[in-house]
Amino acid sequence: MGSSSEKPQLIIDGKRIDGRAFDELRPIEMEVGVLKNADGSAIVAFGNTRVLAAVYGPREVMPKHVALADRAVIRCRYRMLSFSAEERKSPAPSRREIELSKVIREALEPAIMSELFPRTTIDIFIEVLNADGGTRTTGITAAALALADAGVPMRDLVAGVAVGKVDGKLVLDINKVEDMYGEADMPVAAMPSLGRITLLQLNGVLTHEEFVEALALALKGIRKIYELQKEALRKKYVTTEEA
Amino acid sequence: MSKQKPILYFQNRDIVVPGDIVAAGDVDIETPNLLVKLDDGRIMATVTGLLSVEEEEGKVKLGLIPLKGRYIPKPGDLVIGVVADVGITAWFVDIRAPFPGVLNASDYLSRPFNPATENLRKYLDVGDVIVAKVAQFDRTRDPILTTQEKGLGKVVEGSLIEIEPSRVPRVIGRRRSMITMLQDMTQCNIVVGNNGRILLRCPNPEIEAVAILAIKKIEAEAHTTGLTERVREFIIEEKIKRGLMERGLE
Repeated sequence: MGSSSEKPQLIIDGKRIDGRAFDELRPIEMEVGVLKNADGSAIVAFGNTRVLAAVYGPREVMPKHVALADRAVIRCRYRMLSFSAEERKSPAPSRREIELSKVIREALEPAIMSELFPRTTIDIFIEVLNADGGTRTTGITAAALALADAGVPMRDLVAGVAVGKVDGKLVLDINKVEDMYGEADMPVAAMPSLGRITLLQLNGVLTHEEFVEALALALKGIRKIYELQKEALRKKYVTTEEA
Repeated sequence: MSKQKPILYFQNRDIVVPGDIVAAGDVDIETPNLLVKLDDGRIMATVTGLLSVEEEEGKVKLGLIPLKGRYIPKPGDLVIGVVADVGITAWFVDIRAPFPGVLNASDYLSRPFNPATENLRKYLDVGDVIVAKVAQFDRTRDPILTTQEKGLGKVVEGSLIEIEPSRVPRVIGRRRSMITMLQDMTQCNIVVGNNGRILLRCPNPEIEAVAILAIKKIEAEAHTTGLTERVREFIIEEKIKRGLMERGLE
């Protein structure tokens, strides 16, 4: 991963390394219903990061003993494909992937009305096609869309974005270079209409003031992503209507 | 009840998505889990669907017709199932739900059944198609099916097609308008299961193809208005194309 390389200058003339302003998101693309065999699916791209999510269910639980009597079991697998990073990633599930699967599941669980489907399972698969920073938040954004596409009742959509501190400045939606050489990385996911945060992690050091500012910045970005999510969901039916 | 005048943010037949605030204030909700009331009195949609707004005597009634979703059994539902497994005293039937449907031998045979003297496979085997009703289901046990009514039981002929379960109400139509029109126009006998399986028994294969195309059209355009008339015209066009009908008649 080029560990010997020098730290590049991340902020030049008040612009970030890819020319963005501090509070600017990368170009976002979203499409819903991209897979035929899944009950719900979505593909989401934040700049060069591209993630595919598929949802199956509610369906019968296999193996049966993991079923819960009062709600659906939610299972989530986050995976980085071998070709998603610059250097080939081993296809075996890494410690990081297993942990992120759990973290993403916990970010989505509060949104899913799982109590409506006892003794069933809802399976979420998140495949990172191309990794350039912010894969977990992109994954959450894609999975929420896939869940909504599958017709699973949800209290709200979940959208996520990471805020980072690079060269002493707080910046929204950091990419891989900013993540690698930055001082802090804070992924946040939230349900905007309910005003609830479902994921908040922080890697690095922020002062209290910085943290408050970073959180506000993240929530501002999430609000924008959330509107794009709704637009993507609506678009699927508007285009079929015209056809 | 508080006399707060409701505010609507969407109109009748608008497409809403999860997280959309549909209304605020005092309204009646007809589809409890699909539209939920938040702590602050706002009404939020939980699935993608078509909103239905009805105003009656100053009361606003809100409903949501989902556009997608798995079939969840309800007592009284008509379902078309495929036998998936044969047990000792019951069949396990795939009804496209997260749970297998259970059809007890004594119910199907209408008499006590002794597994020591008889084998269930004699009556229904894996792969057989049945039309049944959901007799009971409370989510703690698997749904129990019954064939104790006219028109229920083993299917011996016809074609089976599958559609999205959430589109079934449109195939049936308001007061069965769509299904009546389909049957009149095609002379097919059509059984629509609530689980999205449809059984067609048609006089000939050509007209069956027309009926299937018409049903697929309904499924694809379920969220649009004036569908019954469009489907009627579609069937006439298809029949003319196949030489099943002459132009100018009807």
